[in-house]
Amino acid sequence: MASGKKEVLYALYNDETELFAAIKAAKAKHLDIMDVFTPFPGHGLDPIMEFEESRLHIVGFIFGALGTLTAFLSMSWIFTRDWPIIFGGKPYWSVPAFIPITFELTVLFCAIGMVVSFYTVCGLGPGVNNETLDDRITDDKFCLAFSTNGKSDGEVSDLKSFLNSTRPFEVNAKTLSK
Amino acid sequence: MSAPVSTIREPLITGHKTYHQITEDLIGPTEKTPPTSWVIALICCVALLSVMAFSLVWTFWHGIGAWNLNRTIGWGYDITNFVWWIGIGHAGTLISAILLLFRQKWRTGVNRAAEAMTIFAVMCAGIFPATHTGRPWFDFFMFPYPNTRGPLWVNFNSPLLWDIFAISTYFTVSLLFWYTGLVPDFATVRDRATGLRRKVYNALSFGWTGSAKHWQRWESLSLILAGIATPLVLSVHTIVSFDFATSVIPGWHTTIFPPYFVAGAIFSGFAMVQTLMLITRKILNLQDYITLAHIESMNKVILLTGTLVGSAYLTELFIAWYSGYVYEQFAFLNRAAGPYWWSYFGMMFCNLVSPQIFWWKKMRRNLWVTFLMSIFINIGMWFERYVIIATTLARDYLPSSWSYYAPSWVEIGIFAGSMGLFGTLYLIFCRVAPVVAVAEIKHILKTGGDQYVGENAVHHHGPDGHDGHGGHDHGHDAPKKVETGGRTSGSSGITPLSSSSTATSSTKTTITSKGTTGSKDTSSKLDLDTPTASGAAIIGATGAVSNTGSTSTGSTGSLEDDLKKVEGIGPKIEELLKAAGIKTFAKLSETDVASIKEILVAAGPRFASKVPGTWPKQAGLAAAGKWDELKKWQDELDGGK
Repeated sequence: MASGKKEVLYALYNDETELFAAIKAAKAKHLDIMDVFTPFPGHGLDPIMEFEESRLHIVGFIFGALGTLTAFLSMSWIFTRDWPIIFGGKPYWSVPAFIPITFELTVLFCAIGMVVSFYTVCGLGPGVNNETLDDRITDDKFCLAFSTNGKSDGEVSDLKSFLNSTRPFEVNAKTLSK
Repeated sequence: MSAPVSTIREPLITGHKTYHQITEDLIGPTEKTPPTSWVIALICCVALLSVMAFSLVWTFWHGIGAWNLNRTIGWGYDITNFVWWIGIGHAGTLISAILLLFRQKWRTGVNRAAEAMTIFAVMCAGIFPATHTGRPWFDFFMFPYPNTRGPLWVNFNSPLLWDIFAISTYFTVSLLFWYTGLVPDFATVRDRATGLRRKVYNALSFGWTGSAKHWQRWESLSLILAGIATPLVLSVHTIVSFDFATSVIPGWHTTIFPPYFVAGAIFSGFAMVQTLMLITRKILNLQDYITLAHIESMNKVILLTGTLVGSAYLTELFIAWYSGYVYEQFAFLNRAAGPYWWSYFGMMFCNLVSPQIFWWKKMRRNLWVTFLMSIFINIGMWFERYVIIATTLARDYLPSSWSYYAPSWVEIGIFAGSMGLFGTLYLIFCRVAPVVAVAEIKHILKTGGDQYVGENAVHHHGPDGHDGHGGHDHGHDAPKKVETGGRTSGSSGITPLSSSSTATSSTKTTITSKGTTGSKDTSSKLDLDTPTASGAAIIGATGAVSNTGSTSTGSTGSLEDDLKKVEGIGPKIEELLKAAGIKTFAKLSETDVASIKEILVAAGPRFASKVPGTWPKQAGLAAAGKWDELKKWQDELDGGK
């Protein structure tokens, strides 16, 4: 086993219900699941995987608030301090007129901030080259993967017999280069 | 995000698709050599596009005077086309964002194409104001940036500047939303490809793997983007309407403009979606994914928004008369009887009168009528903008400045060319990306596929087949090569359906309750074939299975428990449950979710919307006396969901 390589034992299932059953069985046995791959978001998967709620909405709120402040404070500064101009007899600091742009920038900052955060935390993005376990995962197979790095042959064969007991479509091993 | 699907809903995916078949059907068009019809269409669109390029060069060479705008009529074809295209761009975000929030599952059939349409339409729209400035290479002056001119800032109080912010934000957010939705589908294309094609799609898919955590974040992102795109889409056309409504021109200076413009935008956008989707589904053979049910739903939205717009037209007329303000009255009289009367009546006929045909179900489901109406509406909504802009400006305050406007060939060339641009982009999109969102269609298969819902359903699946909670009773041994309802599965020879019901005569129980957290242990025992004649009413089928899941075991403890302790159960539901024989926590914990759901559905619409997904689990904790644990869990639950 070369360092930096990741040895993976994975099972493919035909249906999400079978995958979910296998995950539950693995959890019950306290097996350390490396990852689960599905062709579409599997509902009910998060509680089984014991995922915490995503915190993207907090990121969205922070970036949105940043947008609100950027827009409102910039316009206020520009029209009261930097270059005050009277338009049609209205006050310099005409707050209602600032609302539309403030709203637009709130949305813009929130969206860009969230999307960039999403790709960053997922390790995805332009130029990212992730090796996948199996080409059928994005088609119609549901995958449960275990890392076998540093596991003895006995442990690996135990894992294999466990996976075989979960009614998989296929059980395979693969070495990922990173 | 998943709500129970009503038992009377039509299937959204027909043809007994498997997951693999969906991939084949939707990715296939990007892999095949384009048909001749596509090549011809592309040639036509590129030809039109070159007309635009020529007209634009002509405009820049000769100056904006090449257009027929004059001192009185400063806005003509350019702004008409701008508003028209922006309006068309509204349906995409409406379908992807607002319908997502409203949990309308039919959006999945059309959202991808509609979002693409939005982006292309906004690009077309942008050409007109950008060109109208005369020197578009200086258009960056419109953005506020620290500059060497004073610094001289833009006017933040002007609706025209708000428009710049609104539209550029709208374009950016729509693009992010669309692309993030495309990433998993690009990964699907990648994993089917080899060689250079694989490399290209690998780059496009951003390294997507389909990891469960990524999907969780992806869904969270989609939902929040939908949440912010919804007010955004409303703001965009509101601000476009401010361009007119904040002026002091009679006929423009009306407070009704924002809602009227937004309704009109959705109206015209849906019409354009219909125009495109009717052609696309035919050429790419997507009739199983964009069904008559989808088309009917969109026609309902068209009827609603068309009638809203029509009411606004009539309200404007009424208010003009009622205001007693002669200039306003003249403006509206002039629209109907002035030099542009033909565009006024075109607008009234196409937008108000003709869509009323959609009150008839038969018409809503007729493809030719739908296509014809969608063309009418596209024309009618263009007339609407022309009426508002040209008619109003043609009759200035001073009769000496009254004028008439007809476009020059250059303006017509740019407008026709913008359609060429739109068509070119859409045609290329059809070839490089799946026109229907693959992952999202797979996601709704078990709640929208015709083997699961509707008259031809053949599959029983667990009450929670969609969520697929793990306690599923595997009624078969070999997961490979399962026959689904007498029909062999896709070319992979594999069916994704674990519950291999072979009884084609039975009707599937359409109860799909999707409690998200609990119910994993107790649910999914309803893997029974109910021998009901396939033609029988669905209600009959559900009635037949009621209580099958709950094998009566002796209740432990008291004879009757206070079921209200379970979050989500109130006094009324408790009565219902007790009337159905579920009197104790123990009994409730053994009852599967589908049976509870049936009791609720049978009790009427007031209860049918309840989500009993977690009730058995909660009752299980109560029966075991684990009150602390239950309390802690209930704190996390929202109304028992």
